[in-house]
Amino acid sequence: MNVATKRDLVSELAASRTRSYSPADQALREDALTYLKNTGLPISKTEEYRFAPVTRILEKNFDSLTLSSQVNTVVSVNEFLIEGLKGNIIVFVNGSYAPALSKIVSNPDQIIIKPLSKALVENEEVVSALLNQKEDYKKDPFSAVNTGLWSEGLFFHVAKHTEVKEPVYLLSLNDASSAVSVHTRIVGWVEEGSEVTLIERFETTGHEAAFHTQVEEISVAKEAVLNYYKIQNDPGKSIQVCNTLIHQSDHSHVNTFTLTMNGEVVRNNFSIAIDGEHCESHFHGLYLLTGNTLADNHTVVDHIKPNSFSNELYKGVMDGHSKGVFNGKIYVRPQAQMTNAFQSNRNVLLSETSTINTKPQLEIWADDVKCSHGCTTGQLDEEALFYLQSRGINKDSARAMLLYAFASDVIATIKDETLKTYFDQLIAERLHKNF
Amino acid sequence: MLSIKNLQAKIGEKQILQGIDLQINAGEVHAIMGPNGSGKSTLASVLSGREEYEVTEGEVDFLGKNLLELSPEDRAREGIFMAFQYPVEIPGVSTINFMKTALNQIRTYRGQQALDAVSFLGLMKEKMKLVEIDQSLLNRSLNEGFSGGEKKRNEVFQMAMLEPKLSILDETDSGLDIDALRIVANGVNKLRSQNNATIVVTHYQRLLDYIVPDFVHVLYKGRIVKSGTKELALELEAKGYDWIKNEVAAV
Ligand SMILES: Nc1ncnc2c1ncn2[C@@H]1O[C@H](COP(=O)(O)OP(=O)(O)O)[C@@H](O)[C@H]1O
Ligand SMILES: [Mg+2]
Repeated sequence: MNVATKRDLVSELAASRTRSYSPADQALREDALTYLKNTGLPISKTEEYRFAPVTRILEKNFDSLTLSSQVNTVVSVNEFLIEGLKGNIIVFVNGSYAPALSKIVSNPDQIIIKPLSKALVENEEVVSALLNQKEDYKKDPFSAVNTGLWSEGLFFHVAKHTEVKEPVYLLSLNDASSAVSVHTRIVGWVEEGSEVTLIERFETTGHEAAFHTQVEEISVAKEAVLNYYKIQNDPGKSIQVCNTLIHQSDHSHVNTFTLTMNGEVVRNNFSIAIDGEHCESHFHGLYLLTGNTLADNHTVVDHIKPNSFSNELYKGVMDGHSKGVFNGKIYVRPQAQMTNAFQSNRNVLLSETSTINTKPQLEIWADDVKCSHGCTTGQLDEEALFYLQSRGINKDSARAMLLYAFASDVIATIKDETLKTYFDQLIAERLHKNF
Repeated sequence: MLSIKNLQAKIGEKQILQGIDLQINAGEVHAIMGPNGSGKSTLASVLSGREEYEVTEGEVDFLGKNLLELSPEDRAREGIFMAFQYPVEIPGVSTINFMKTALNQIRTYRGQQALDAVSFLGLMKEKMKLVEIDQSLLNRSLNEGFSGGEKKRNEVFQMAMLEPKLSILDETDSGLDIDALRIVANGVNKLRSQNNATIVVTHYQRLLDYIVPDFVHVLYKGRIVKSGTKELALELEAKGYDWIKNEVAAV
């Protein structure tokens, strides 16, 4: 039992259980909740959550975590779409699929996209091969919360040798006009030789507390490509914990970009299992924080097989009272000879009250590998600021110019032009780019 | 144009400028020479508004304005330009991009219309020719991976773009081979007119063969200890700085 907290948050959560979708699903949910009751939510001494007081903020923001799911009152999501992006739109409102707001345009022979609840029945074999297979809820208490309580999810399955031209845009919109607790799931499979782009965006309206967990398990088969984007932009009193696991097979490529901008606490546990040879993984993140936001990126790159390449670049700009946390684990297993693994974490602190905790953790068991990591934390370069000012540029513009330049190499990695423009706008706005 | 009276400045606890007096009129070129560590770069930095330096005494009037009250950007907008002894590298910011912002903010300050893309490009091409600089260099991150000569040439290019009234060239000759020196000097000379003035900071006479000064001042231990015409530079070249040091010591 969790002794440090007065309240029994696990029981509060368990009492708001959603229904299950199959007997196997029912059994899994019960196992997860039983496990959670025994282990409890992380406390301040829990090493993995030292800097992310998710449990404490849950207690602070919620009178009770026993919440019934709300009816969907959202009639339009236009303001949350990406201009010019032609693709599949899947909208979840408070963790329920909103068919009227969604639009699936891709040919089902190329990609099956449907709510996970439906797929559990209609595509039972595929789903059961993936659901809770790559991700183990025992690894993280919020993964267990999610496994016990998920209400809806996204299922996608790309057929072999198919380049899906239309991206899959998943908008998770939470209406926090009253407190909400939302648990969603993604299960995806990109089959051999195929390519797909997934864009996830989190938004919240309303000013009450919101708690969102998501677990994602995506399998990228031989020679397949996954482009993965995530935009975390929940303002207000929102707490989000995402557990993402991407599994790669031989010759597959994965490109990820996580942009974190808002939220009270955002915790990403993001793992890439490189379980194949000759894989490439480009693992990018940008956290641009203001106010009281705390964003904690815990990443794992796990080189299981030989001859693969991974490059991780996470960058952060912290202003106000915000806190950034980066923990980057790289494992190179004994068999994973000839691995190339690079990691870099760079941070700029704009205020005296903002902080960053950064910790690379490399564990290398193979001997013939190339690995490097580096992290830097600093203020804006005063010399560079003065240089720009001495050319007639005012201080605010000069600051924005330097910050934007700092973020620009991460933006440059986005291949799709529409998406790049969109990310560029978000980032430029956040950094007050006015030139 | 520029009138400096009893200027004293320190950095941290270290007093560097010990009382400088200097009068510069439009159309003139002044050379400031002196051994390493005498305060030449400090003077240039104080004039361009670097905040680390604290002015403890004195006045600086630039075209009727109290220069010391202006922010670095406003000094630039009023017409001061410093070519840095050590130009900074700024990853992710190209010369072209920031020059466009700089030029347009200066124009706005002066009540002029911002330049459109076509006019800006035209101006840029013209100034590129002047300092024989390649556009590929200007598209790259500012000074990142530039050779010493490329950095200095880039400084003079920026100067040409902004058309300052008072240019301060801080050791623009250091690290240049003779061809680069000629190109840089040529650029500076072409920009000279009756309406602007130039301060050339150097500790070699070599540059002054190309940029011929009207006056030469010797800065030593934070003071101007000797002033003269271009012959003074030749004398310094022949006799070395020890001559000045001994003279000062004798006083
Ligand atoms: N940032 C600084 N902190 C402390 N001392 C400095 C700093 N910058 C310059 N100085 C000192 O001030 C003196 C003058 O330096 P500078 O103006 O660069 O000389 P010059 O350009 O004539 O070679 C030197 O003794 C130098 O060491
Ligand atoms: Mg100097």
